[in-house]
Amino acid sequence: MAIEHADVLRAAHLARLGLKDDAEAHGYVDDLTHILEMVDRLQAVDTEGVAPLSHPLDATQRLRPDEVTESNQRETFQACAPATTEGLYLVPRVVE
Amino acid sequence: MQWETVIGLEVHVQLATQSKIFSGASTAFGAEPNTQACAVDLGLPGVLPVLNEGAVAMAVQFGLAIDAEIPETSLFERKNYFYPDLPKGYQTSQMAQPIIGKGEVELVLDETERKTVRIHHAHLEEDAGKSLHEDFHGMSGIDLNRAGTPLLEIVSEPDMRSAREAVAYIRAIHAIVTYLGISDGNMAEGSMRCDVNVSVRPKGQEAFGTRAEIKNVNSFRFVERAIEFEVERQIELIEDGGKVVQETRLYDPDLDETRSMRTKEEANDYRYFPCPDLLPIMLDSAYIEHQRTTLPELPTEKRNRFESDLGLSAYDAGVLSATRPTAEYFEAVLAVCGDAKQAANWVQGELSAHLNRENIDIKNSPVTPEQLGGLISRVLDDTINGKAAKQVFAALWNNDGQSADEIIDAQGLKQVTDTGAIEAMIDQVIADNPVQVAQYREADEAKRGKMIGFFVGQVMKASRGTANPQQVNGVLKQKLDEA
Repeated sequence: MAIEHADVLRAAHLARLGLKDDAEAHGYVDDLTHILEMVDRLQAVDTEGVAPLSHPLDATQRLRPDEVTESNQRETFQACAPATTEGLYLVPRVVE
Repeated sequence: MQWETVIGLEVHVQLATQSKIFSGASTAFGAEPNTQACAVDLGLPGVLPVLNEGAVAMAVQFGLAIDAEIPETSLFERKNYFYPDLPKGYQTSQMAQPIIGKGEVELVLDETERKTVRIHHAHLEEDAGKSLHEDFHGMSGIDLNRAGTPLLEIVSEPDMRSAREAVAYIRAIHAIVTYLGISDGNMAEGSMRCDVNVSVRPKGQEAFGTRAEIKNVNSFRFVERAIEFEVERQIELIEDGGKVVQETRLYDPDLDETRSMRTKEEANDYRYFPCPDLLPIMLDSAYIEHQRTTLPELPTEKRNRFESDLGLSAYDAGVLSATRPTAEYFEAVLAVCGDAKQAANWVQGELSAHLNRENIDIKNSPVTPEQLGGLISRVLDDTINGKAAKQVFAALWNNDGQSADEIIDAQGLKQVTDTGAIEAMIDQVIADNPVQVAQYREADEAKRGKMIGFFVGQVMKASRGTANPQQVNGVLKQKLDEA
């Protein structure tokens, strides 16, 4: 599978990564192409009948009882927010 | 051309847990902004989610209620997108291996028509926060109290063919989740939200048309109106030579129309992948069977039983099983009085009328089922007549906890069935009204039927409403006719 310049730009946009310039984007084309070549080699392994591994640990999810254990710490959390008002976090205006 | 509508629904049900799906913050509605958003909900560095057992139990109960496949293993994945009310930059959700597999829901369309809708799957996910777009100095306000609230998203197959069926489907889901007690089902507060997929195709055509998705419709009525508008729009568009484009639309209740949301330059690409912070959920059969033991009788079962075992009409059975509080009230009344038909009549008649008039939920009815059952018992054993029964009901509604018997005694409403006492009253009325008696006796049979009402009224008045009207009628007729 080949990766192209446009794929890198799209992936960068989806991940909200700012690329400095075209040279940087081309660098990623090369890097990602190498990674995908390795994945291509993995494809050679016969995985017929093997369930996909979703997690490397051979363990299952622990559950917690449905209880409220957290108290209000709004002031602490909002102390490091750039802008707040009336208990709300403020962000650059979002237009629907 | 004849068109057929095809509808599939995604219903998001907010689960009635105390705490959030991955954190111990409260899910209570209406708190001050951000007072219920903890470090996990905010996605602060270093935190780890821990799954809430209550949310898992509720999802499994729903699965059992719709007779669904419940896989042994399910998995959380990350759905990646950026929005200010989604602090982590992804929503923890499920896609490839949801907790609940294929199931089915039975719809009651009317008294005779039923339909089965297939459920594709149901999955657990977290809700996002809320963005407030009022102008805060040119910025948007974010309240993350709702972030991390557990949702069960129920995805149907495209099995519905009209707005009416879609509404019946949502009502059926609403009834199931509220019977199970896994959601309060409050649509106005956002506890149930629907995304509606609508397309049209020429009748008889196999292939589906291109669909539009109407997002976030939050009432039964809006679902119906949004679909009706959208179907008409699509048919007109096609008949005018246009093409339906696959897109997301919003229903605007004020204008009663759907309109396209800003089309993004590119389609959403959520890049789902398994969430490394959460291990697979394993559900063994012992756990599932344990959940099965907690299930209450479900709406369809109840409705069928009301019809077949209690002999109620399809209509009565439908009304009385529509919500769990109504069904429980009715059954409690029945347990006291033992007569299903009477209990059904009183709950749907006098009680409903009073509740509606004062806009009170049946859960908070000032007349308890025990009181109403007691009242009906006194009607059944002829202690009071129908008129007095209404008087007793009004007294039960307004008083503080007296029983029907206490009110009957206190107000002297006991029906007089002693023939001697009734005859005495009738003799008195006949003696007091010689003119009317003479007119009655001269009249023919047809007229007499009407005229006797006057005498019955006089006797009932003399008895202060406590005489048995049928008995009065019989004795009166005998006495008036005999001379």
